[in-house]
Amino acid sequence: MRPPRLDQPFVTGTIETAAGSVPKVSNVFSRADRIGAFKVRWGIGRMKYRVDAGLYAMGEPTAESPVFVTANYKLTFDLLRRAIASIDGWILVLDTLGINVWCAAGKGTFGTDELVERIESSRLDDLLSHRKLILPQLAAPGVAGHEVKKRSGFQVIYGPVRAEDIPEFLGKGLKAEERMRTKDFGFKERLALVPMEVVPAVRLALLAAAGLFVLSLLFSGFSISKALGWFAISATAIVTSVLAGAVFTPLLLPWLPGRAFSIKGFVMGLLFAFLVVPFVYISSIPGTAVLLISIPAMAAYLAMNFTGSSTFTSLSGVRKEMRFALPLEIGGTGIGLLLWIIALLGR
Amino acid sequence: MQSMVYLKDVVTLAHRPEICNGCGICLVVCPRRVFERSDGKINVAKRDACIECGACQRNCPQMAVTVRAGVGCASAIINQMLGRKKACCPSAY
Repeated sequence: MRPPRLDQPFVTGTIETAAGSVPKVSNVFSRADRIGAFKVRWGIGRMKYRVDAGLYAMGEPTAESPVFVTANYKLTFDLLRRAIASIDGWILVLDTLGINVWCAAGKGTFGTDELVERIESSRLDDLLSHRKLILPQLAAPGVAGHEVKKRSGFQVIYGPVRAEDIPEFLGKGLKAEERMRTKDFGFKERLALVPMEVVPAVRLALLAAAGLFVLSLLFSGFSISKALGWFAISATAIVTSVLAGAVFTPLLLPWLPGRAFSIKGFVMGLLFAFLVVPFVYISSIPGTAVLLISIPAMAAYLAMNFTGSSTFTSLSGVRKEMRFALPLEIGGTGIGLLLWIIALLGR
Repeated sequence: MQSMVYLKDVVTLAHRPEICNGCGICLVVCPRRVFERSDGKINVAKRDACIECGACQRNCPQMAVTVRAGVGCASAIINQMLGRKKACCPSAY
Protein backbone atom coordinates (compact mmCIF):
# COMPACT_ATOMS: atom_id res chain seq x y z
CA MET A 1 0.00 0.00 0.00
CA ARG A 2 1.28 3.46 -0.95
CA PRO A 3 1.93 5.99 1.79
CA PRO A 4 -0.28 9.12 1.69
CA ARG A 5 0.66 11.68 -0.97
CA LEU A 6 2.40 14.83 0.16
CA ASP A 7 0.67 17.09 -2.35
CA GLN A 8 -2.67 17.00 -0.53
CA PRO A 9 -3.58 20.59 0.39
CA PHE A 10 -3.69 20.00 4.16
CA VAL A 11 -0.18 18.44 4.31
CA THR A 12 2.40 20.93 5.55
CA GLY A 13 5.55 18.80 5.51
CA THR A 14 6.93 15.53 6.80
CA ILE A 15 8.48 14.24 9.98
CA GLU A 16 11.09 11.49 10.13
CA THR A 17 10.28 8.51 12.32
CA ALA A 18 11.45 4.97 13.03
CA ALA A 19 8.80 3.88 10.52
CA GLY A 20 9.94 6.21 7.75
CA SER A 21 8.81 9.72 6.89
CA VAL A 22 5.25 10.62 7.78
CA PRO A 23 3.24 13.51 6.32
CA LYS A 24 2.37 16.24 8.77
CA VAL A 25 -1.11 17.74 8.63
CA SER A 26 -2.07 21.35 9.19
CA ASN A 27 -3.99 22.09 12.38
CA VAL A 28 -5.74 25.00 10.68
CA PHE A 29 -9.22 24.56 9.25
CA SER A 30 -8.74 26.65 6.13
CA ARG A 31 -11.10 28.53 3.86
CA ALA A 32 -10.70 25.80 1.25
CA ASP A 33 -11.70 23.17 3.86
CA ARG A 34 -14.77 25.24 4.76
CA ILE A 35 -15.84 25.63 1.14
CA GLY A 36 -15.27 21.92 0.51
CA ALA A 37 -17.44 21.02 3.52
CA PHE A 38 -20.22 23.33 2.36
CA LYS A 39 -20.17 21.84 -1.13
CA VAL A 40 -20.40 18.21 -0.06
CA ARG A 41 -23.33 18.99 2.23
CA TRP A 42 -25.14 20.07 -0.91
CA GLY A 43 -24.06 16.89 -2.64
CA ILE A 44 -21.37 18.36 -4.89
CA GLY A 45 -18.41 16.03 -5.45
CA ARG A 46 -19.26 14.03 -2.37
CA MET A 47 -17.82 10.73 -3.48
CA LYS A 48 -14.51 12.35 -4.41
CA TYR A 49 -14.06 14.18 -1.10
CA ARG A 50 -11.35 11.89 0.18
CA VAL A 51 -7.95 11.90 1.77
CA ASP A 52 -5.31 9.23 1.15
CA ALA A 53 -5.41 6.35 3.60
CA GLY A 54 -2.38 5.84 5.82
CA LEU A 55 -0.51 7.45 8.66
CA TYR A 56 -0.28 11.20 9.34
CA ALA A 57 1.20 13.31 12.12
CA MET A 58 -0.49 16.13 13.97
CA GLY A 59 1.84 18.52 15.84
CA GLU A 60 5.09 16.92 17.03
CA PRO A 61 4.17 13.37 18.01
CA THR A 62 6.58 10.85 19.55
CA ALA A 63 6.57 7.08 20.08
CA GLU A 64 4.38 7.60 23.16
CA SER A 65 1.77 9.79 21.46
CA PRO A 66 -1.81 8.61 21.03
CA VAL A 67 -3.05 7.22 17.70
CA PHE A 68 -6.44 8.27 16.41
CA VAL A 69 -8.06 6.08 13.77
CA THR A 70 -10.49 7.61 11.30
CA ALA A 71 -12.17 7.28 7.91
CA ASN A 72 -10.88 8.74 4.64
CA TYR A 73 -13.94 10.91 4.03
CA LYS A 74 -12.45 14.40 4.18
CA LEU A 75 -15.34 15.84 6.19
CA THR A 76 -14.69 13.20 8.86
CA PHE A 77 -10.93 13.67 8.70
CA ASP A 78 -11.35 17.44 9.13
CA LEU A 79 -13.61 16.97 12.17
CA LEU A 80 -10.85 14.96 13.80
CA ARG A 81 -8.15 17.39 12.66
CA ARG A 82 -10.01 20.29 14.27
CA ALA A 83 -10.72 18.36 17.46
CA ILE A 84 -7.07 17.44 18.04
CA ALA A 85 -5.54 20.63 16.60
CA SER A 86 -3.63 21.31 19.80
CA ILE A 87 -2.64 17.70 20.52
CA ASP A 88 0.54 15.93 19.41
CA GLY A 89 -0.66 12.66 17.97
CA TRP A 90 -0.86 10.26 15.07
CA ILE A 91 -3.79 9.92 12.70
CA LEU A 92 -4.32 6.55 11.07
CA VAL A 93 -6.70 6.97 8.14
CA LEU A 94 -8.44 3.82 6.93
CA ASP A 95 -9.58 3.41 3.34
CA THR A 96 -13.35 3.56 3.75
CA LEU A 97 -13.95 4.53 0.10
CA GLY A 98 -14.65 8.11 1.11
CA ILE A 99 -17.47 7.18 3.47
CA ASN A 100 -17.91 8.45 7.04
CA VAL A 101 -17.12 6.31 10.08
CA TRP A 102 -20.65 5.23 10.98
CA CYS A 103 -21.75 4.25 7.47
CA ALA A 104 -18.42 2.63 6.65
CA ALA A 105 -18.56 0.59 9.87
CA GLY A 106 -22.08 -0.55 8.94
CA LYS A 107 -20.80 -1.66 5.54
CA GLY A 108 -17.70 -3.25 7.04
CA THR A 109 -15.19 -1.09 5.13
CA PHE A 110 -14.24 0.53 8.43
CA GLY A 111 -13.61 -2.96 9.69
CA THR A 112 -11.28 -5.36 11.45
CA ASP A 113 -9.46 -6.46 8.26
CA GLU A 114 -8.80 -2.95 6.98
CA LEU A 115 -7.59 -1.82 10.41
CA VAL A 116 -5.23 -4.77 10.86
CA GLU A 117 -3.78 -4.32 7.36
CA ARG A 118 -3.35 -0.59 7.84
CA ILE A 119 -1.56 -1.11 11.17
CA GLU A 120 0.93 -3.35 9.36
CA SER A 121 1.40 -1.26 6.22
CA SER A 122 1.89 1.89 8.29
CA ARG A 123 4.46 0.08 10.44
CA LEU A 124 2.91 1.13 13.74
CA ASP A 125 4.94 -1.63 15.39
CA ASP A 126 8.17 0.26 14.62
CA LEU A 127 6.71 3.69 15.21
CA LEU A 128 5.22 3.30 18.67
CA SER A 129 6.35 2.25 22.11
CA HIS A 130 2.76 1.56 23.18
CA ARG A 131 0.11 -0.73 21.70
CA LYS A 132 -3.10 1.28 21.93
CA LEU A 133 -5.35 2.75 19.25
CA ILE A 134 -8.17 5.19 19.85
CA LEU A 135 -11.13 4.53 17.59
CA PRO A 136 -14.33 6.50 17.30
CA GLN A 137 -17.05 4.65 19.20
CA LEU A 138 -19.23 4.69 16.09
CA ALA A 139 -16.71 2.42 14.36
CA ALA A 140 -17.74 -0.43 16.66
CA PRO A 141 -20.34 -1.96 14.29
CA GLY A 142 -17.45 -2.75 11.92
CA VAL A 143 -14.49 -3.42 14.17
CA ALA A 144 -14.17 -6.33 16.59
CA GLY A 145 -11.77 -5.02 19.21
CA HIS A 146 -10.89 -8.45 20.59
CA GLU A 147 -10.01 -9.72 17.09
CA VAL A 148 -7.80 -6.74 16.33
CA LYS A 149 -5.91 -7.46 19.54
CA LYS A 150 -5.49 -11.11 18.60
CA ARG A 151 -4.31 -10.38 15.06
CA SER A 152 -2.16 -7.28 15.54
CA GLY A 153 -1.34 -7.03 19.22
CA PHE A 154 -2.92 -3.59 19.32
CA GLN A 155 -5.62 -2.81 21.84
CA VAL A 156 -8.67 -1.00 20.51
CA ILE A 157 -9.94 1.72 22.80
CA TYR A 158 -13.28 3.16 21.84
CA GLY A 159 -13.18 6.90 22.26
CA PRO A 160 -16.13 9.26 22.36
CA VAL A 161 -18.84 9.36 19.69
CA ARG A 162 -17.97 12.96 18.79
CA ALA A 163 -14.42 13.95 17.88
CA GLU A 164 -14.83 17.23 19.74
CA ASP A 165 -14.87 15.32 23.05
CA ILE A 166 -11.42 13.78 22.42
CA PRO A 167 -9.40 16.32 24.44
CA GLU A 168 -11.64 15.71 27.47
CA PHE A 169 -11.44 11.96 26.89
CA LEU A 170 -7.64 12.13 26.92
CA GLY A 171 -7.66 14.42 29.96
CA LYS A 172 -9.74 11.90 31.93
CA GLY A 173 -7.31 9.06 31.22
CA LEU A 174 -9.18 7.57 28.26
CA LYS A 175 -12.50 7.49 30.09
CA ALA A 176 -15.67 8.66 28.37
CA GLU A 177 -18.63 9.94 30.31
CA GLU A 178 -22.10 8.65 29.45
CA ARG A 179 -22.77 11.89 27.60
CA MET A 180 -19.84 11.18 25.26
CA ARG A 181 -21.07 7.69 24.51
CA THR A 182 -24.48 8.54 23.10
CA LYS A 183 -25.47 9.71 19.68
CA ASP A 184 -27.98 12.52 19.95
CA PHE A 185 -29.84 14.11 17.08
CA GLY A 186 -30.29 17.76 17.89
CA PHE A 187 -31.88 20.54 15.89
CA LYS A 188 -28.59 21.80 14.47
CA GLU A 189 -27.63 18.37 13.24
CA ARG A 190 -31.01 17.87 11.61
CA LEU A 191 -30.69 21.29 10.01
CA ALA A 192 -27.30 20.32 8.56
CA LEU A 193 -28.91 17.24 7.03
CA VAL A 194 -31.80 19.08 5.37
CA PRO A 195 -29.84 19.91 2.18
CA MET A 196 -29.15 16.19 1.80
CA GLU A 197 -32.89 15.57 1.84
CA VAL A 198 -33.85 18.51 -0.34
CA VAL A 199 -31.40 17.93 -3.20
CA PRO A 200 -32.67 14.47 -4.23
CA ALA A 201 -36.27 15.51 -3.50
CA VAL A 202 -35.97 18.52 -5.81
CA ARG A 203 -34.38 16.37 -8.50
CA LEU A 204 -37.38 14.04 -8.34
CA ALA A 205 -39.77 16.99 -8.15
CA LEU A 206 -38.36 18.65 -11.28
CA LEU A 207 -38.75 15.44 -13.23
CA ALA A 208 -42.35 15.03 -12.08
CA ALA A 209 -43.13 18.70 -12.74
CA ALA A 210 -41.76 18.47 -16.28
CA GLY A 211 -43.96 15.46 -16.97
CA LEU A 212 -47.04 17.15 -15.50
CA PHE A 213 -46.43 20.30 -17.52
CA VAL A 214 -46.31 18.29 -20.73
CA LEU A 215 -49.62 16.67 -19.70
CA SER A 216 -51.14 20.12 -19.03
CA LEU A 217 -50.03 21.25 -22.49
CA LEU A 218 -51.58 18.22 -24.12
CA PHE A 219 -54.90 18.63 -22.32
CA SER A 220 -55.07 22.37 -23.03
CA GLY A 221 -54.59 21.92 -26.74
CA PHE A 222 -51.17 23.53 -26.51
CA SER A 223 -52.35 26.80 -25.02
CA ILE A 224 -49.50 27.89 -22.76
CA SER A 225 -51.61 30.19 -20.61
CA LYS A 226 -54.25 27.53 -19.97
CA ALA A 227 -51.62 24.90 -19.36
CA LEU A 228 -49.85 27.08 -16.82
CA GLY A 229 -53.11 27.61 -14.96
CA TRP A 230 -53.66 23.88 -14.64
CA PHE A 231 -50.05 23.12 -13.97
CA ALA A 232 -50.19 25.50 -10.99
CA ILE A 233 -52.17 22.98 -8.91
CA SER A 234 -49.74 20.14 -9.39
CA ALA A 235 -46.73 22.41 -8.98
CA THR A 236 -48.20 23.66 -5.69
CA ALA A 237 -48.65 20.07 -4.56
CA ILE A 238 -45.05 19.19 -5.36
CA VAL A 239 -43.41 22.26 -3.83
CA THR A 240 -45.55 22.01 -0.69
CA SER A 241 -44.75 18.32 -0.23
CA VAL A 242 -41.02 18.92 -0.48
CA LEU A 243 -41.25 21.72 2.09
CA ALA A 244 -43.42 19.66 4.44
CA GLY A 245 -41.71 16.29 4.04
CA ALA A 246 -38.05 17.06 3.39
CA VAL A 247 -37.59 20.33 5.30
CA PHE A 248 -40.11 20.81 8.10
CA THR A 249 -40.57 17.18 9.14
CA PRO A 250 -36.82 16.68 9.76
CA LEU A 251 -36.59 19.98 11.60
CA LEU A 252 -39.64 19.45 13.82
CA LEU A 253 -39.12 15.67 14.16
CA PRO A 254 -39.28 15.28 17.96
CA TRP A 255 -42.43 17.37 18.25
CA LEU A 256 -44.50 15.69 15.55
CA PRO A 257 -46.98 12.99 16.59
CA GLY A 258 -46.39 9.32 15.84
CA ARG A 259 -43.28 7.17 15.95
CA ALA A 260 -43.11 6.19 12.29
CA PHE A 261 -41.53 8.91 10.14
CA SER A 262 -44.26 8.49 7.51
CA ILE A 263 -46.88 9.40 10.08
CA LYS A 264 -44.92 12.48 11.12
CA GLY A 265 -44.59 13.47 7.45
CA PHE A 266 -48.26 12.75 6.79
CA VAL A 267 -49.32 15.03 9.65
CA MET A 268 -46.99 17.78 8.46
CA GLY A 269 -48.23 17.34 4.89
CA LEU A 270 -51.88 17.54 5.93
CA LEU A 271 -51.19 20.72 7.88
CA PHE A 272 -49.39 22.27 4.91
CA ALA A 273 -52.14 21.16 2.53
CA PHE A 274 -54.78 22.98 4.58
CA LEU A 275 -52.53 26.02 4.71
CA VAL A 276 -52.03 26.28 0.94
CA VAL A 277 -55.55 25.40 -0.22
CA PRO A 278 -56.98 28.90 0.46
CA PHE A 279 -54.18 30.47 -1.58
CA VAL A 280 -54.70 28.44 -4.73
CA TYR A 281 -57.52 29.41 -7.04
CA ILE A 282 -59.34 26.18 -7.68
CA SER A 283 -62.82 26.14 -9.11
CA SER A 284 -63.49 22.45 -8.69
CA ILE A 285 -63.79 20.11 -5.77
CA PRO A 286 -61.46 17.52 -7.38
CA GLY A 287 -58.81 20.25 -7.64
CA THR A 288 -58.96 20.83 -3.89
CA ALA A 289 -58.93 17.09 -3.27
CA VAL A 290 -55.75 16.80 -5.36
CA LEU A 291 -53.92 18.96 -2.84
CA LEU A 292 -55.48 17.43 0.26
CA ILE A 293 -54.68 13.87 -0.82
CA SER A 294 -51.40 14.08 -2.70
CA ILE A 295 -49.50 16.48 -0.42
CA PRO A 296 -49.78 14.33 2.74
CA ALA A 297 -48.94 11.20 0.72
CA MET A 298 -45.85 12.69 -0.92
CA ALA A 299 -44.73 14.40 2.30
CA ALA A 300 -45.03 11.05 4.11
CA TYR A 301 -42.83 9.42 1.49
CA LEU A 302 -40.16 12.11 1.73
CA ALA A 303 -40.26 12.00 5.53
CA MET A 304 -39.85 8.23 5.42
CA ASN A 305 -36.64 8.74 3.48
CA PHE A 306 -35.26 10.70 6.41
CA THR A 307 -35.04 7.45 8.41
CA GLY A 308 -31.60 6.85 6.89
CA SER A 309 -30.27 10.21 8.00
CA SER A 310 -31.68 9.94 11.49
CA THR A 311 -29.76 8.28 14.27
CA PHE A 312 -32.44 6.30 16.01
CA THR A 313 -34.11 4.00 13.48
CA SER A 314 -33.56 0.27 13.08
CA LEU A 315 -33.74 -1.87 9.95
CA SER A 316 -36.54 -4.00 11.44
CA GLY A 317 -38.46 -0.85 12.31
CA VAL A 318 -38.06 0.74 8.89
CA ARG A 319 -39.16 -2.48 7.20
CA LYS A 320 -42.27 -2.55 9.37
CA GLU A 321 -42.98 1.10 8.67
CA MET A 322 -42.56 0.63 4.92
CA ARG A 323 -44.93 -2.32 4.81
CA PHE A 324 -47.88 -0.15 5.78
CA ALA A 325 -46.71 3.25 4.59
CA LEU A 326 -45.31 2.69 1.11
CA PRO A 327 -48.55 1.37 -0.47
CA LEU A 328 -50.48 4.29 1.05
CA GLU A 329 -47.92 6.81 -0.16
CA ILE A 330 -47.92 5.47 -3.68
CA GLY A 331 -51.72 5.10 -3.61
CA GLY A 332 -52.29 8.64 -2.34
CA THR A 333 -49.98 10.13 -4.95
CA GLY A 334 -51.67 8.06 -7.67
CA ILE A 335 -55.16 9.14 -6.59
CA GLY A 336 -53.97 12.76 -6.54
CA LEU A 337 -52.71 12.43 -10.09
CA LEU A 338 -55.92 10.77 -11.21
CA LEU A 339 -58.11 13.47 -9.63
CA TRP A 340 -55.95 16.13 -11.25
CA ILE A 341 -56.51 14.61 -14.67
CA ILE A 342 -60.24 14.28 -13.94
CA ALA A 343 -60.30 17.94 -12.91
CA LEU A 344 -58.59 18.91 -16.17
CA LEU A 345 -60.98 16.91 -18.30
CA GLY A 346 -63.97 18.35 -16.42
CA ARG A 347 -63.19 21.93 -17.42
CA MET B 1 -32.52 17.01 24.84
CA GLN B 2 -34.71 13.95 25.14
CA SER B 3 -33.69 10.81 23.35
CA MET B 4 -35.96 9.98 20.44
CA VAL B 5 -37.30 6.44 20.21
CA TYR B 6 -38.52 4.70 17.08
CA LEU B 7 -41.12 1.92 16.74
CA LYS B 8 -41.90 -0.36 19.69
CA ASP B 9 -41.20 -4.10 19.92
CA VAL B 10 -39.52 -4.58 16.55
CA VAL B 11 -35.81 -5.03 17.14
CA THR B 12 -34.04 -8.38 16.84
CA LEU B 13 -31.62 -7.86 19.73
CA ALA B 14 -31.07 -10.85 22.02
CA HIS B 15 -28.76 -11.16 25.01
CA ARG B 16 -27.95 -14.54 26.53
CA PRO B 17 -27.01 -14.03 30.16
CA GLU B 18 -25.97 -17.68 30.55
CA ILE B 19 -22.91 -17.21 28.30
CA CYS B 20 -22.23 -13.54 29.11
CA ASN B 21 -19.10 -13.04 31.19
CA GLY B 22 -19.99 -9.49 32.14
CA CYS B 23 -16.98 -7.86 30.47
CA GLY B 24 -19.10 -4.81 29.67
CA ILE B 25 -17.80 -4.00 26.18
CA CYS B 26 -21.45 -3.77 25.05
CA LEU B 27 -21.96 -0.96 27.56
CA VAL B 28 -19.06 0.88 25.95
CA VAL B 29 -19.90 0.47 22.28
CA CYS B 30 -23.69 0.89 22.32
CA PRO B 31 -24.50 4.40 21.09
CA ARG B 32 -28.04 4.11 22.44
CA ARG B 33 -27.33 2.99 26.00
CA VAL B 34 -29.46 -0.11 25.57
CA PHE B 35 -27.58 -2.22 28.13
CA GLU B 36 -27.10 -1.72 31.83
CA ARG B 37 -25.26 -3.47 34.58
CA SER B 38 -27.15 -4.31 37.73
CA ASP B 39 -25.79 -6.53 40.51
CA GLY B 40 -22.75 -7.14 38.30
CA LYS B 41 -24.86 -8.67 35.54
CA ILE B 42 -25.49 -7.20 32.10
CA ASN B 43 -29.05 -6.90 30.91
CA VAL B 44 -31.05 -5.22 28.20
CA ALA B 45 -32.62 -2.16 29.79
CA LYS B 46 -33.90 -0.09 26.87
CA ARG B 47 -34.81 -2.52 24.16
CA ASP B 48 -36.82 -0.13 21.98
CA ALA B 49 -33.89 2.29 21.84
CA CYS B 50 -31.81 -0.30 19.93
CA ILE B 51 -31.07 0.65 16.32
CA GLU B 52 -29.61 -2.74 15.34
CA CYS B 53 -26.24 -1.24 14.44
CA GLY B 54 -24.53 -4.46 15.50
CA ALA B 55 -21.73 -2.86 17.55
CA CYS B 56 -22.44 -5.06 20.60
CA GLN B 57 -22.59 -8.25 18.60
CA ARG B 58 -19.37 -7.48 16.70
CA ASN B 59 -17.43 -6.70 19.87
CA CYS B 60 -18.77 -9.35 22.22
CA PRO B 61 -15.97 -11.89 22.72
CA GLN B 62 -18.44 -14.43 24.12
CA MET B 63 -20.99 -14.08 21.31
CA ALA B 64 -23.57 -13.55 24.01
CA VAL B 65 -25.34 -10.76 22.12
CA THR B 66 -26.98 -11.30 18.77
CA VAL B 67 -28.83 -8.92 16.53
CA ARG B 68 -29.75 -8.90 12.86
CA ALA B 69 -27.63 -5.87 12.09
CA GLY B 70 -28.50 -3.44 9.35
CA VAL B 71 -29.19 0.17 8.58
CA GLY B 72 -32.61 1.67 9.23
CA CYS B 73 -32.78 3.48 5.94
CA ALA B 74 -35.88 3.53 3.74
CA SER B 75 -34.13 4.75 0.61
CA ALA B 76 -31.59 1.92 0.81
CA ILE B 77 -34.45 -0.59 1.04
CA ILE B 78 -36.23 1.06 -1.91
CA ASN B 79 -33.04 1.05 -3.97
CA GLN B 80 -32.62 -2.60 -3.13
CA MET B 81 -36.19 -3.35 -4.24
CA LEU B 82 -35.55 -1.51 -7.50
CA GLY B 83 -32.38 -3.53 -8.00
CA ARG B 84 -30.15 -0.48 -7.71
CA LYS B 85 -26.89 -0.78 -5.86
CA LYS B 86 -26.80 2.74 -4.51
CA ALA B 87 -26.62 2.66 -0.76
CA CYS B 88 -27.73 5.07 1.86
CA CYS B 89 -25.32 7.43 3.44
CA PRO B 90 -26.00 10.75 5.07
CA SER B 91 -22.47 11.92 4.42
CA ALA B 92 -22.93 15.14 6.33
CA TYR B 93 -21.47 13.50 9.41
